[in-house]
Amino acid sequence: MSGIPRLRDFTSARVGLSRAGNSLPTSELLALQLAHARARQAVRSKLDARQLGLELQPMVGDLLFVRSAAPDRATYLRRPDLGRRLSDESRQTVLGRKGKYDTVFVVADGLSALAVQLHAARLIEATLSLLDRADWKLAPFIVVEQGRVAIGDEIGEALGASMSVVLIGERPGLSSADSLGVYLSWNPHPGLTDADRNCISNVRTEGLSYAAAANKLVFLMNESRRRKLSGVGLKEEAKALE
Amino acid sequence: MALADLPLARFLSEPVVPYEEDEVTRLIVDEHDPEAFAPVAGMCVGEFRDWLLSDAAHPDLLTALAPGITPEMAAAVSKIMRLQDLVTVAAKIRVITRFRNTLGLRGRLSTRLQPNHPTDDPVGIAASIIDGLTYGSGDAVIGINPVSDSVSSVVSLTRMLDHIRATFEIPTQTCVLAHVTTQMEAMRQGAPVDLVFQSVAGTEAANRSFGISLSLLREARGQVLELRRGTVGDNAMYFETGQGSALSAGAHHGVDQQTCEARAYAVARHLQPLLVNTVVGFIGPEYLYDGKQILRAALEDHFCGKLLGLPMGCDVCYTNHAEADPDDMDATLTLLGAAGVNYIMGVPGGDDIMLNYQSTSFHDALYLRRILNLRPAPEFESWMHSRKAELRGAVALLER
Repeated sequence: MSGIPRLRDFTSARVGLSRAGNSLPTSELLALQLAHARARQAVRSKLDARQLGLELQPMVGDLLFVRSAAPDRATYLRRPDLGRRLSDESRQTVLGRKGKYDTVFVVADGLSALAVQLHAARLIEATLSLLDRADWKLAPFIVVEQGRVAIGDEIGEALGASMSVVLIGERPGLSSADSLGVYLSWNPHPGLTDADRNCISNVRTEGLSYAAAANKLVFLMNESRRRKLSGVGLKEEAKALE
Repeated sequence: MALADLPLARFLSEPVVPYEEDEVTRLIVDEHDPEAFAPVAGMCVGEFRDWLLSDAAHPDLLTALAPGITPEMAAAVSKIMRLQDLVTVAAKIRVITRFRNTLGLRGRLSTRLQPNHPTDDPVGIAASIIDGLTYGSGDAVIGINPVSDSVSSVVSLTRMLDHIRATFEIPTQTCVLAHVTTQMEAMRQGAPVDLVFQSVAGTEAANRSFGISLSLLREARGQVLELRRGTVGDNAMYFETGQGSALSAGAHHGVDQQTCEARAYAVARHLQPLLVNTVVGFIGPEYLYDGKQILRAALEDHFCGKLLGLPMGCDVCYTNHAEADPDDMDATLTLLGAAGVNYIMGVPGGDDIMLNYQSTSFHDALYLRRILNLRPAPEFESWMHSRKAELRGAVALLER
């Protein structure tokens, strides 16, 4: 029988678990509990902004470190509204760099600083390699602690950017504590909703590769700029890319 | 005035969200059926609770009452009900819907087989479907949440699901839970769409944030009905909801999240869905902080939905940033079973590897069916019996 592939060879989903009565066997039950504990740990992980800065600096040059209005993780979890706004001090920092930019890249810890730590710099590297830098005037790169997706709206507006691209740690799953999401918004300003954004999710080693994600992102960036919109109106035609 | 002393009729004369500003309010008010409302028209909220719990409120009467109840009335009375009240009343109400099988009958518990995959890989998705079918999962729907919302990807996943369903002659329906506009375009391109899915919320502004409106949903329903793919009925819509979506969108008009949730059921009710489920613990701790709040919300949502006449299911779930664990889910699941929930989710090991949250597993559904003596939808159950040898063979192979 050993030559026949098992169902688990085809997916990372928890298939073929077998049963103890109608319930999970002990080994699987304990494996789930361990995975849950790891995911909870990822939620509580703290972004090492200095380390991320060291990785980003050579690629992007101009880099700003800011914080949301949520002072700590416990507040961040209860008050998403605070995670969508800059702290007063950070707002001044960002306003100080106001200009006229095509795009701002924002890296935020979100719900998994682990994801950002592992994947953000590498996705940015892959994206920049596909982007015609002469054709894109990029704002200073922003690293945000305790940030949510919509903080890119305030940052984009404050900087005078036509588009924001937010790279953020997604909510950890049991099998993926390190999944990175990317949200693109045209004409970023507070008040945008999810319908106004395009999302690329699940960027991680076992999920969407850096190259594939960068490919999609650059396609979306070009289309968004050409059509001056993002979100539901800008359906990604991924087929052309695959 | 305390909530219990508030006359039900006040909810009709004083909408919580202005009629002029909100199409959901207009829907609620314009479609209210005074004749159906008559038996409880003179009651206040507290009396309504007493009556709902009494034997006078028998199942047929409650079914007839539904068009007379508004979301605000349902939400109000649920707030002064304990868990056992929410279970008792909901358990009296059966809401039966049909497409390729019959869902919601007494003594039945259905499941949505949810074979999500982080890259929409067809082989990976098929592996989860096979696994689920061997556990008797999938009679409510086999439904994928796709990673990509692109039309081409949705068309190919829809074709694949239909191919599996048709090949094994499974009396169930399939769905790819992309944005409604994507599904509409997929239908235009000839995709074999059974059910049209959409997340809905309880205010016009919140729905706008989802990129939808009532007219768009009506158009989608018209389009899918033209395909005439249902064999035993034409309930062809599938909706998901969840407390907090209106607040997330800044579109709550100062109304509490549970009332906003019940208003989403008015949107769903208007479109005669096959399936509606609250995704109760999905959004996160900012709305439902811990296991106790998730449990309470699940039973409130289920009760309100059933009282309003919806085929209510529940995605019993939690996220890793909430204070909840599998014990909380077991308690919620068991009480929902007692309350007569139409369906729950079936996810391999309860771990959704695409949406990154924990739902109920194939095993959980077996547990609930066994302890409460519940069975799958009749057509699906017959299919399982007719395919017993193949399913057993598959189990033996899978569990080796």
